[in-house]
Formats: sequence, C-alpha cells, structure tokens
Amino acid sequence: MLTCKDFLSELSDYLDEKIDAELRAKLESHITECPNCWVIADTTRKTIQIYKGMEPCPIPPDVESRLMKALEKKMAAKEMAAKQKPADPLRRT
Amino acid sequence: MAVSSLAGVDESALVVQARDGDTTAFGELVRRYEGKIFRLAQHVTQNREDAEDVLQETFMKAYEHLDQFKGDSKFYTWIVRIAVNQALMKLRRRKTDKTVSMDETIDTGEDTVVREIAAWGEDPEQQLSREELGGILDSAIQSLEPLYRSVFVLRDIEELSTEETAEALGLSVPAVKSRLLRARLQLREKLTRFFKRKGDDAFAYM
Repeated sequence: MLTCKDFLSELSDYLDEKIDAELRAKLESHITECPNCWVIADTTRKTIQIYKGMEPCPIPPDVESRLMKALEKKMAAKEMAAKQKPADPLRRT
Repeated sequence: MAVSSLAGVDESALVVQARDGDTTAFGELVRRYEGKIFRLAQHVTQNREDAEDVLQETFMKAYEHLDQFKGDSKFYTWIVRIAVNQALMKLRRRKTDKTVSMDETIDTGEDTVVREIAAWGEDPEQQLSREELGGILDSAIQSLEPLYRSVFVLRDIEELSTEETAEALGLSVPAVKSRLLRARLQLREKLTRFFKRKGDDAFAYM
C-alpha cells in the first residue's frame, strides 16, 4: 500500500504525467481513498495551471528603449570592428 | 533598429540571418523574447534595476556570441540560460543575500511539510482582477528561497523541461525535481490562503 509520503514524493511526476501506467494506477487508487492527498494533488495542479496561464506583462517602454539603444551601440561597434579587422582565413564559417 | 516586418518568420531562419549580420533579424528575436526574459530576470533577482541590467546583458551577450549558438537547442532556451546565469551572478553579488547558493545540498522529502489542506473553489482566480491575481502570484513567488524560486520559474512559468532547467542552473535532474516539488507545495500552500473554498476553515479533513 502506498503511504501519503510515497504519494507526495511522486506528486510532481504525477502532475507532469511523467510516470508509467502501473505507478499512476497506484497513485490514483490512493487519492480515491485519501481526501487529504486528493486535495493536495488538486490544488497543486491548479497552482501550476494558474502560473502557467500568466502572460508576461508588456515590457515597460523606458526599459525597452534603453535596451534597444544599448544594442544599437553594440551592433555598431561590432560592425566597426569587423570592417577594421582583415578576414581571418582560419576562421570557420 | 528598424521596425521589422519579420513577425511571422521562423525562429531558426531569423537566427541564421542574425548570424550573417542582419541586425533587423536580431531585433525581431529580441522583440519576441524581451518580455519573457525581463519577467524571468525580475523573478530571479526580485529587483527591477537588476532585472533591467540582466535583460540588457543577456541580449548583448547573445549578440556577441551568436556564432556559438549551434542550433541544437531552441534559441529561447539558449538565451534563458544566459539570462539565468546573469541573474544568479547578480544575486551572488548582493552581499546581504546569504541564501543564494545553487549548490546548497538539501535533504529530500523529510521537510516537505503540508500544513494547510483545504479544497479550492472552482476557478478561484476568476474571482480576482488581473492586478490582484498578479500581485498575489508575484508575492508568493517572492517569498520562496532563490534556489526554489529559480527552479519553479524555469519549469512552470518559462516551461523549460526538467533537463533544460537542470542544465540552465547547473543542477542535477534529481535536484531540480526535489526543488520543484517543494516550490510547488509551498506555493500551493500560500495560494490556499486566498483560494480556499469559503467555509472550509471549519471542515476538518485531518
């Protein structure tokens, strides 16, 4: 018989559906008999779902504009360096 | 960088173009992932200023080392790895934060404490405004220790696989799994305070 502790240790893989059918059957039979573990499994599943459903907030415009400026500078510097340096014949392409 | 009309272009094609020096293609890659990288950086560093530094450093490094990206993983996974490294470095530099060691060993299982067991209502998140929900979710994540937080953010928010998370954080797969379980259980417990079905306080399951 599976204990609650056994169930908890398999909970993540159970919710991620990363377990074989035999273990899944054992875990499922445990939660039909153990209301505590059923609640934990159900609320943990909901926790993960809520976080997964979180869309990233749009990036603040000032943060984005500073990022783009920094990148433009970097790109210009790289281009400059490429123009000044003669092509290295040993460089793999 | 010019506003691109590359919105529908396949990621691997953009990477090839960017590697050939097409800055517009790289700009499109930045636009696709800047929001997620900024969010990830904020979650890991818990500090907006640090997160902005991490965001810039991540794309600068990606641009600089684009020729090292082999294309055997997704571009996104590659930049996430860069971002996580940058973010963890920021955390380590913050002297006051003594809890940051990704290598810290933790025993598994024994203290996976479950104190609060109460069923939630149906779609409890629908009862709250977007802002309220966002505030609750963010503060719950903030209260996790950095080593749990990083694993949870990568696995369950950024949706990396266990193996990708392990690689990004320099952890073993079993370490990722045990930290993920704890993070999930701790968050579940924190959210239960907001989402439990009304009247369930008195309902003793134990």
